[in-house]
Formats: sequence, structure tokens, C-alpha cells
Amino acid sequence: MDISVQLLLFLILFPLITALFMLAVRRDAERGWIVKLSALAIGAVTVLLLVTRFDAGTLYFGFNAEPVNLLMFVLEMLISVIILGFAIKFRNYLVIALTLVETALILWFESAATPAVAVKSPLFIDQFSIIMALIVGIIGSLICVYSLGYMRHFYLHHTGIPDRTNTFFIYIFVFISAMFGLVFANSLIWVFFFWEVTTLCSFLLIGFTKTEEATKNAFTALWMNLLGGIAFAAAIVYLTYQPAGMLGLDQVLVSGKALVLIPAALIGFAGLTKAAQMPFSSWLVGAMVAPTPVSALLHSSTMVKAGVYILVRFAPVFQGTVIGYTLAFVGAFTFLIASGIAISQSNAKRVLAYSTIANLGLIVACAGIGTAEAIWAAILLIIFHAISKSLMFLCVGTVEHRIKSREIEDMNGLIVRMPRIAAIMTIGIAGMFLAPFGMLISKWAAIQAFIDAPFGLVFVVILIFGSALTLFFWAKWMGKLLVITPDAENVEGLVDTNEWIALVSLAGLTVVTCFIFPVISAMLIEPFLLANYGSVALLSQDNILIMVMMLFLLVLLPLSILLPHRKHRTLPPYMGGVPATPDMHFQNALGAKTEMKLSNYYVGPWFGEARLAKVGICLCSVFIVIMFAAAVVGGGIL
Amino acid sequence: MAYLKKSPWIIHYDASSCNGCDIEILACLTPMYDVERFGIINTGNPKHADIFVVTGTVNEQNKYVIKNIYDQMPDPKVVVAIGICATSGGIFRECYNVAGGIDTTIPVDVYVPGCAARPESIIDGIVKALGILEEKRTAMISGTPREQPAPAVLGEKPAEVHQ
Amino acid sequence: MISLIGAIVFILLAPVIGGLIAGIDRKVTAHMQGRVGPSIFQPFYDVGKLFEKEGAVVNETQHFYVISYFIFAIFAGALFFAGGNLLLVVFALTLAEVFLVLGAYTANSPYSHIGAERELIQIMAYEPMLLLAAVGMYVVTRSFNMSDIAGYPGLLVLLLPGVFLGFIYILTIKLRKSPFDISTSHHAHQEIVKGVTTEFSGPNLGFIEVAHWYEVVFLLGFVFLFFAASWLIGIIAIIIVYLLELAIDNTNARVKWQLAVKSSWAIALVLGAGNIAILYFLGRV
Repeated sequence: MDISVQLLLFLILFPLITALFMLAVRRDAERGWIVKLSALAIGAVTVLLLVTRFDAGTLYFGFNAEPVNLLMFVLEMLISVIILGFAIKFRNYLVIALTLVETALILWFESAATPAVAVKSPLFIDQFSIIMALIVGIIGSLICVYSLGYMRHFYLHHTGIPDRTNTFFIYIFVFISAMFGLVFANSLIWVFFFWEVTTLCSFLLIGFTKTEEATKNAFTALWMNLLGGIAFAAAIVYLTYQPAGMLGLDQVLVSGKALVLIPAALIGFAGLTKAAQMPFSSWLVGAMVAPTPVSALLHSSTMVKAGVYILVRFAPVFQGTVIGYTLAFVGAFTFLIASGIAISQSNAKRVLAYSTIANLGLIVACAGIGTAEAIWAAILLIIFHAISKSLMFLCVGTVEHRIKSREIEDMNGLIVRMPRIAAIMTIGIAGMFLAPFGMLISKWAAIQAFIDAPFGLVFVVILIFGSALTLFFWAKWMGKLLVITPDAENVEGLVDTNEWIALVSLAGLTVVTCFIFPVISAMLIEPFLLANYGSVALLSQDNILIMVMMLFLLVLLPLSILLPHRKHRTLPPYMGGVPATPDMHFQNALGAKTEMKLSNYYVGPWFGEARLAKVGICLCSVFIVIMFAAAVVGGGIL
Repeated sequence: MAYLKKSPWIIHYDASSCNGCDIEILACLTPMYDVERFGIINTGNPKHADIFVVTGTVNEQNKYVIKNIYDQMPDPKVVVAIGICATSGGIFRECYNVAGGIDTTIPVDVYVPGCAARPESIIDGIVKALGILEEKRTAMISGTPREQPAPAVLGEKPAEVHQ
Repeated sequence: MISLIGAIVFILLAPVIGGLIAGIDRKVTAHMQGRVGPSIFQPFYDVGKLFEKEGAVVNETQHFYVISYFIFAIFAGALFFAGGNLLLVVFALTLAEVFLVLGAYTANSPYSHIGAERELIQIMAYEPMLLLAAVGMYVVTRSFNMSDIAGYPGLLVLLLPGVFLGFIYILTIKLRKSPFDISTSHHAHQEIVKGVTTEFSGPNLGFIEVAHWYEVVFLLGFVFLFFAASWLIGIIAIIIVYLLELAIDNTNARVKWQLAVKSSWAIALVLGAGNIAILYFLGRV
């Protein structure tokens, strides 16, 4: 077998072996070694894959997949049974109904499948798969290492509940295996299978703490993702009845657009639910009750990326169609509205959740537009967002354990209480919205892409307004972190080594990818675009040079704080002349002792969740209805 | 080049004044007297100010504020006490709640007596303060310890009658 | 085409020009108010004085934030005058502003904090229109590079009147003029003392002042870009626009930030996006 196939299969199967080992582990030390070695192995193999395959174009692996297909069918039934079991136990009739519908669809396409529609090459690998694999492999591995420290601390402080760390890691590694399978699968049936595995893992992990709220939110996530699963299954049923079979991605993409409008719309819908776009965004916000590594891995860098991944794959079909444009509208308005809601949130994880939804919306908008430039922007967004957002989630998790709170207001002056973590968080936040970091480069690319696309002006306007909103909520969070409260106590000492490894690596990765993104673009993204679109997009050499200069400055300038310099006289802040203690207590006009408290603006009346979410849900639902209508009517190719 | 003289920014604080002197100070900023010609800006922020213009007497509540504002001003700085109340306590000097003039709390560089002090005297006082500011700046640069020069009191020379 | 000469000329001359503009600003304002006002070189004396003051700080990180603001403000302007990409220029300027805001946050002072929040709100208010101005220029000239836009053989303002008016509207915000001087201002009417700049003193304040001059020169350069085909008209336009800003400044009271934001966004949408949309419909692009 070709070395590439071996690497592929390793990536899909090896995490399952780790999961198996987890069943037998008894002690922390053993678990630590197994997880770290596995993480190292997975990360190393993904890099090896990059090194051996980056210039080799797209490769399809044809083999007789019947036994595997059978296995997948059995496992899919098993998944349905498991989900039904949970649904019955918790009396969630909606989930029961949806699971039954989905199972029926699976049985339908399995029975309707003839040998003629079998996909000859169920696995494949191209540059985009390599990028996704790197994200899962490197970021996923780092998050696994982080989880060692996080879960240990979690159970240390929740002594009442049984320690299920092994179960946690089983779910995580099964999930990682499924993600690898998803990005290397060419057969849509395989993609669907891995898709459903991720749905199950997400359900189990959101409900991991087994509290009432966690269970409720897990079921919300489940039914919304099941809706997507049903749409996906329906698409497969439709394709099964096509002559010559079009169950392979490669076949769908080369067929004429008119033939695949309906499955494209259905799979687009599935992608929307997986990527928590409006009106299906509440599941991602609710998923924040899960332990932080879950939020970092599933709900920001990988699983939700599976949703946009499939949309980017289908972008050649979406380009220039009503379906594409309606999807783009859903994404764009989700971006705008979710960014607005994020301003009004004071809970750090909710801000991160809405920011994730917003950025996924931007990627969806790029995928819906579907031009080469837009896809270039989309892939850059995927990469940079995965790194920065997972870093942010991990930081918030670490901070939460130290200061016992997820509220941004409680992170006031974190740079004094936890200097290195706060510095890393600052890098993470900067990476999300400041020039010349990754997300800004991607947004710049998106503006360029939208402006050149037909009817793109609307999207440019939405992007510009949404971008202004994101600046507000990120910058005010960053400001809160950097307040210098002179008397605060440094509580950083007890942060676990495993957590440090992950945080520092991701922070380093944030900066390094900004420096090397032209290389990534040239090596991976541009060949991918050339193969699928026949043209490339890039930023000019001059601009790249300038951004490197800016980055250089940004890395050097903060070091000036550490340089020895003459101490200046320190003045207290101005409080209208009233003398105050260093921790800002003062005597007010009535002679009583008062403390000054400063809090951010949240502008609830404008950006409140209840109000804006309603607008988003209505608006995006309308677009989805239009999308399906256009697909059914069969026209809509512009 | 000495820029301090050409750009003196003031912070004006009303300690416990009846507002008479304060109105005269603000009158200096009006088109009638227009001290902005000299580059004087009334900034409300001690950290931006060079000249501390105080009116009124010192009492228990405001002595901390006066000290605080004075401390928050970066060097070099001068204090100008406007009005007889700020100079020595004025007619309220013997009151039980009054500690006296501003110099009971912070070192004063220029006294501008009057009740209310006229804008012309105030401007004159500020111009005198500019000279003292320059001296302090040279002292600051050359690193000599800050010594308080003898305060200048307006009115040592026969005052011109402004009618 | 990046021209290093343009950047260097900007870096050397902009403080002089910016300071003179600030001085003329104060002189004209004084005459509008029936006063004589200071000399037009007064801003230079002010900055000189600030550098002569003791460098007292509220905390040791303030200097870093101020210097970063200073460097990136110059960077943005230099990139503009070197003929660079307008979007990148706007992003670099935003980066500079964020440094100023962060510096204000670190001081842990109430006035500084509110000033910082309002400054962020200000940025949120004007950024859409600023970016739409760049987009509008792209739509007409098919390039984001200032050098290409400046070389366009026609008065851009004739095709982009709405964008131009919208830009003037937010120029009031960027120049820190009433009615939109909500986060800090040179005038005495401060309900939050000096807002963003409250806790900066001495040399730090001097750097902020000079950085603002660089920004003003860049902004006026942007106005010039709308008239770049004819230098004479461009210079007259700059003068008229600046005098207009002064007139607006002296005849208006400050508004609440809610009004500033809502009106800026409405203007950006109606005048800015509307203008560009009309261009598309007319097939002029």
C-alpha cells in the first residue's frame, strides 16, 4: 500500500486504539503517558503526511469497500439505538421522532443501493484534507494534553461525583478518529457516517457532567444536529437514485450543477446545523456548559469546522446559484447578528461561543459565494480561527479554575494576578481581530473576495459592519485583562504543566502561522484552488512584506516593557481630586468608605440576546426556505 | 528652548471660595482678556497641568484634595493662590472651620491678593509664576534639589489703578 | 507601487504640517469666538513643554502603549503616502487606536476607563464608513492602492459624492471635534476630565499629541484623494473641509454616544453603501 494510505488509516484507526487503552487505565500517571504519547504520535503523523504529500496533488484510493460499508451500516444502527436509548430514558420525544426518521432514511438508502452506485474510491487526500488533518492533529493533540491537567483539577474540586476521566478521553479520541475519517472520505456515505459519530460524541460530551442543564443542552444539540443528519441522509437517498451513482464527492463536483441542486441544498442545510448557524445557533451557546476542552475541541476548532468543511467542498456547486447566495446570506447575517450579541454578553464562554458562530458565518458566506478568492479566504479563516479560538477557550478554562469565575468582569486586572496567562490571552484576542494577525488577514481576503463577486456589495457591507462590532467586544475584553491593579495577588502558581504546554504551543502557533501564512498559501491552498477552480487568489508581495514588518514590530515592542529603565515617579489615578487607596477605596461626599468599580459597556438594549437572536432566527429561516424552494424549483442558476 | 513659559497649562481648583475669584479667573479666558494668547489652557486634569490656580481657604475636607491634586501634578509645577482667602484666609481667617490660606497645605509660589482679585492682577500673577516655573525647570534639569524660592507677592510695587 | 520617498516625506513633514494645522485651528477658532488666540506655532510650544515635564506615570506599561500607538499611527500614514493598500492602512490605524485605548484601560481610573469605552464605541461608529470609503474607491478605480487611486484620471468625488459626504461626517469623529468628541477633546468642556488621555502626562502626552497630528495629516490626505485628479481643487477642498469642521465644532454641543453611533451607521449605510449601490446599478463600474 502507498505510504499515504497507511498514514491515513493510521490517523483514523490509531485514536481508536488509544480509546481502547483508556478502558483499562487505572492511574493518572499511566493515563498521562498514554495520552501524551498518542497526542505526539497523531501530531507527528499529520506533519509527516504534510511533508510527504503536500506537492502531490489529489490522490484517490480505490478499493473494495463493501466490508467497511457493512460495518458502517451496523455502527450507524448502533448509534441510532444508543441515541434512542438516551432519548427514551429522558423522554425526549422530539429526538425519538427525529432518530426514527433518520434511521428510516439510512435503511432506505442501504436497501436502494445497487452495486452501480458504489463509490470506487471511498478515501482520498488533497491539500484541503491535509489542512483539516493538521488542524485536528495538532490542535486536537494539544487539547488532549491540556485536558489531562484540566480534568484532574476538575475532579479534584468536584469530589462528590465519580471520576470518569477515562470515559472522557474515550469520547475525545473516538471523536478525533471520526474527524480524520470525515476529512479523508470521498464517499458521501462515509462522510455521513463520520458526521453522525461526531454528533454522538458531541451529545455525550456536552452532557458529560450529567447535570440537568447539561443534559438539556445536550439534547438541544442532538436534535438540531439530527435535523442536519436527516437532511444529509435525504441527500444520499436522492443521489442513490441518480444514474451512474453520484455518491462520491469527486463525482458530485464534476457533474453539472443542475443535477445536484437538491442534494447540495440538503447538505448545505446539514452544514448549517453542524456549524451552528442561525436559526440553529442556540445549541452551540448551550454547549458551553461542557468542560472547557470540549468547547475548545468540538465547538470551536474541529466539529463545527466539519460543517463548514462540507460547505467549502461543495462550493464549486454553490457558486453562482440561488442556493449559494441564500447560504451566503445565512452566513453573513449570522456573522453580523452573532457579533452584535457577543457585545452584550459578560460570560466569557458565551462571548467565545457567539464569536465562533459569527466567524463560522463568515466562512459559510465565503463558501456560499464560492469563487476562488472566497474559498481562499474561507480556508484561511478556518485555519486561523481554529488556532486562536481554541487558544482562547483553553485560556478561559485555566483562568476559570484559578479565579473560580467565567465572568469577564472578574478578569479585571488579570495581567497582575496571572501575568503569563493574561499575556497569552492577549495574544489570543489579538489574533482574533487585530492587524496583522490571522483573522484580520482572512477578513481582508474576504472583503476582497466579496467585492469581486457578482452581487457581492451586500456581503461587503454586512462584513464591514460586523467587523466593527467584533472590534468592540474583543478590545474591551482585552482592556479588562490589562488593567494594572497594583495590590492584586499573583495566583498563577498552580497552573498545571500540561495546561502550560498546550497554551504556550497554541500561542506560539498563533504568531508563527501569521508569519508563514504565505508559505501555507503557496504550498497548500493555491494548488487546491488551482485544481478545483482553475485560478488562484493571493495578496500581493508588497502587502505581505508590510504585514511581516508589522508583526515584527508587534513581537519586538512588548519586549521593551522588560528592558531595564529609569523608574519614573508613580502617580495615582485621578479621582476628581479625592484621595484613594491603591485598591481604589475612597471616602465619598457623605464620609462613607466606597470602592470604585469599573465595568465594561454591554449595551443590552441594543445588542441583547433575546432581541437580536429573534431577528436572526426569523431572517435566516426565511433564507433557508428560499434555498430549498430554489432547489426544488430546479432553477436558480445565475 | 524654554517651552514651559510659552505653554503654561493651568488647573483651577475652588477650595472653599465664594466663587468671586473663580469668576474672575474664568473671565480671563473670555475674549475680553483672552489668556489663551499666552498659550494658557484651562485643563481640568492635574496630570496635564503646570500651574495650580487655587482660590478659597483650606478646611478639613479640601486639604486632602488640594494635597492630592498638587501631588498628581508632574514637575515642574507652581502654585498660584488667587484672592486674599487663598493667600491668608481672608476675612474667614479666624473661623473655626478654616485652617488658613493655601500655604498651610502646599507650598505656594505666587500670591495674588484681592477680594475679588481682578483679572489683570491674576494675569500678572500667572506671568510671575511663569518666571518661577522656568527657574524650577532649570533646577530640575541640573538636578539641584528643589528649593522653594521666596514667594512673590503681587502688590509689593505700587499697584496701578485699573478702572 | 510602494514609494519609499512618499513615506519618508510623510514621516518628516507630517508633524510640522500637523502642528501648523492644529495652530491654525486654534487661531481660527479664537477669531470665531471674537478672541485673538495663540500663535499658530502654539501646538509646537505645547508639545515642547510636554517633553520638558517630568515623566511621571500611573504604571510602568503606559509608555509602551503610547509608543506603540505612536509608531503604528506613523506606520499607517506612511503606508498611505507610500501608495499602499487602503484597507491595510485603515487596519494599521485601527491597531494604533487600540493601543491608545489599552493604555487608557491600564490606568484603572474611572475617567480613563469611560474614555476608553467611548473611544471603542467611536471606532465602532466610524469604521464602517471608513472602510466603505476605501471600498467605494476600489469600485471606481479597481484598486485598493493609493497610488492607483491617486492616478485615476477623474475627480473621484463626482462618482462618489455620497461616500465623500459620509466620510466628512465621520471625519468629525476622527478629528475629535464637537459634536462627536465623546472620548477626549482639546477643549475644556469635559464631563469625563480628559477621557482617554486623562492618565497620560508629560512626554507620553506629547507623543499622543504628535501621533494625532500624523493622523490628521493622513485624514486630510484621504480627503485629497477624492480630488486627486486636480491638485489645486484638492488643496482647496482640504481647506474648505477643515474650515467646515471648525465651524461645526464651534457651533455644536457634544452629543451622546448613542446618537453618534446611530447616525454614523445610518450615514454609512445610506450615503456610503447607497452611493456604491447606485454606481453598480448605473453600470458605471
